[in-house]
Amino acid sequence: MSPKKLNLKDKYKLLTRDLDWEFSYEDRKEAFPYEEFEGIKITDWDKWEDPFRLTMESYWKYQAEKEKKLYAIYDAFAQNNGQTNVTDARYVNAIKLFLTGVSPGEHAAHLGFAFTGRQMGGIGARVAAQMQSIDELRHIQTQIHAMSHYNKFFDGFDEFNHMHDRLWYLSVPKSFFEDARTAGPFEFMIAIGFSFEYVLTNLLFVPFMSGAAYNGDMATVTFGFSAQSDEARHMTLGLEIIKFLLEQHEDNLPIVQKWLDKWLWRGYRLLTLVAMMMDYMLPQKVMSWQEAWELYFEDAAGALFKDLERYGIKMPDYTDTIKQEKEHLSHQAWWIFYQYTHAAAFHTWTPTAEEMDWLSEKYPDTFDKYYRPRWELAAEMEAKGERFYTTGLPQLCQTCQIPMAFTEMSDPTQVSYRESIYNDERFHFCSDPCKSIFDNEPEKYVNAWLPVHQILQGNCGGGGLDKVMEYYHLDDGVANLEFEGSPDAERWKEWKGVA
Amino acid sequence: MTIEIKTSTMKPIRNTYAHIERRFGDKPATRYQEATYDVHSTHNFHYKPLWDQDRQINDPARTAVVMGDWYDLKDPRQFYYGPYVQNRSKMQENAENNFKFFEKRGLGESLNSSLREKIIELVIPMRHAEVAANLNNMYGTAHGTGTAVTQALIFEAMDRFGNAQYFSKIGLALDGNTGDSLATAKEHWMSNPAWQGVRAYCEKTLTIKDWFEAFIAQDIVLDTLINDLYYRQFDEWLTQNNGRDLLLLMEFMQDRAKDSQRWSDSVLKVVVTESEHNSNQVLAWISTWRIRAQEALEPLASALLGDKALADAFAVLEKRLTKVGLNC
Repeated sequence: MSPKKLNLKDKYKLLTRDLDWEFSYEDRKEAFPYEEFEGIKITDWDKWEDPFRLTMESYWKYQAEKEKKLYAIYDAFAQNNGQTNVTDARYVNAIKLFLTGVSPGEHAAHLGFAFTGRQMGGIGARVAAQMQSIDELRHIQTQIHAMSHYNKFFDGFDEFNHMHDRLWYLSVPKSFFEDARTAGPFEFMIAIGFSFEYVLTNLLFVPFMSGAAYNGDMATVTFGFSAQSDEARHMTLGLEIIKFLLEQHEDNLPIVQKWLDKWLWRGYRLLTLVAMMMDYMLPQKVMSWQEAWELYFEDAAGALFKDLERYGIKMPDYTDTIKQEKEHLSHQAWWIFYQYTHAAAFHTWTPTAEEMDWLSEKYPDTFDKYYRPRWELAAEMEAKGERFYTTGLPQLCQTCQIPMAFTEMSDPTQVSYRESIYNDERFHFCSDPCKSIFDNEPEKYVNAWLPVHQILQGNCGGGGLDKVMEYYHLDDGVANLEFEGSPDAERWKEWKGVA
Repeated sequence: MTIEIKTSTMKPIRNTYAHIERRFGDKPATRYQEATYDVHSTHNFHYKPLWDQDRQINDPARTAVVMGDWYDLKDPRQFYYGPYVQNRSKMQENAENNFKFFEKRGLGESLNSSLREKIIELVIPMRHAEVAANLNNMYGTAHGTGTAVTQALIFEAMDRFGNAQYFSKIGLALDGNTGDSLATAKEHWMSNPAWQGVRAYCEKTLTIKDWFEAFIAQDIVLDTLINDLYYRQFDEWLTQNNGRDLLLLMEFMQDRAKDSQRWSDSVLKVVVTESEHNSNQVLAWISTWRIRAQEALEPLASALLGDKALADAFAVLEKRLTKVGLNC
């Protein structure tokens, strides 16, 4: 007899879904103890639709081919001094931000998906999460290797993991991922699997990789292409998890809605770093932050939310706030880093006259009115040898941990402050959504490790700024401060034969 | 004659990342080193896990074993993601060819029916046991400390899921892709007395809270015994009982088990050599789990190979433990 031809779905069922069994000797709840405490109701794991039906043998095969090609490019990049082919040494600061701020998040995601890949009761969902987990391990490791060569020629990469646990602005991405990992398994899946990987990935991963493509960064863009098919799989998992939870039980709707409201805002605040990267850090710009937001969120996510409406899901209320912020966000963020760059592991600079014209064109309603005068003043001061730095410490938002420098959208000259009292203590927030996230789980957010509080309490080396810098492993005059005159800038001139 | 292409060399300002330099000195690092060391976040955690309020999100206290440096648990295979998938990809290519050959030559049809039944009853149900192995190793990935061991644990976890699929494919190779053999095998897993001990053991391991205890119960105690029973003793038995063709289908699991044992031996050795506290703790776990394993495997080993088989497998376990300095 000739063997029956199995279609993919049947084969996957036999090779995966059918492997689980009903426990007889132990209480299954002891083996999967975290499935219920979040209030999510799963009535039937069999209803899970596998987002990608990849067997282990195919996984090894596809991924091995991708790795082989990727590392061939890395080798060629290093051998041919690819670091000299980027548009300008300023560009490299964007990928310093990536390695210190984003790559450790890949590792956090790897551990988070390992947790859900162990703890979810349904094997279909578990295996998908496990594959994402090992993919995320791939991403942190291939990113470390992509940047490894840059590290040999530029400052600001070498202490990336020490800094990720300590440096003030890196607590923004670190707290984001820890917030997700310390939540239950289903909240993690909505936070990272859906909100982050499905809704926001085009606004994080894509801008960095496109930035690399536009700026001659062969190593990073090759990583980007190589990770693209992993990301596509992750997106299908994100979409499946939200649909599955909503279809399982109507009681899940308010919980999932609350998580979406929380995580889209948390993610959006994290994207502040991307906004300033796109508008200010790329010598060769891809598109403006506003354009990216309109294209990838307002249009694409708008259509997605339309699709989710049938489950009763609503677009979060604050998307109108974001709509207003899109014309301000990058300018305010770059100004924060511009004035605190002495305590950062990348350089900042005033936009050139040409770049300011580009910003005027892209932000006709806001740039000339609110931000150009500030940059022109900064450029003037710098020309006089009085480059502007702020020496005080900023107040941080208790939730997103970004310095409180964002303004009211009704009045872009007025800094936005919100506060809540919890257990007789006052907590500060940059915005209404950050305040309401705190108010929903104050017992969680009071434990935030806020870098500025910690500095003031003497937990970051104690003493003055010099001790803090030591604690950060930040050598003054090397990776920090203004780009012009930095060792990076000097080396670049030497390579390019510019006096 | 050699030809030499002139390239322009630029002098780097440093050889590697600072944490790698602190560990290994100022010299070019290997990709394994850069991908592995100090990648786990260790300081300044923000929130308490809602599911484990007494510990930090990354917390070495999730096991009773204590290490001065968790990165001592390096992988002798030096697997980070790239070499891992490339190594397994080669192995799967070989397995794929074996399965194709088996199918093309109709080797399944030439098996006598009692052997076929034996395989379905006593080998294919391993696909379920491998799921427990997948979960126990994934547990260590999620809760362990230091990328040196947690990455090796996820490689082991994915391997074991691969094993579960290979055992299933053996079933499909025997039943002409109908899946009937898998349904029968599952019935054996669920109610055949030969399997109930192993199933109870697997279910029990899934309730372990300490991730290193899960590693001991799964990767050291159970796996050593199973590997010896299936990939050595049963291998010989098949050779002697007209089942040679089936060895083609088991080759992946057999090679993989050897490869994996190099790593787990090294992990075990480093942990017990670290301190008396560790070796006492590990011994305590082993003594409990070997009793459970004895009870669990007796009916299966007898049915598969006869009464003496399990004692032989235990002798192998003994030898393995003695080799790393554990005298039970």
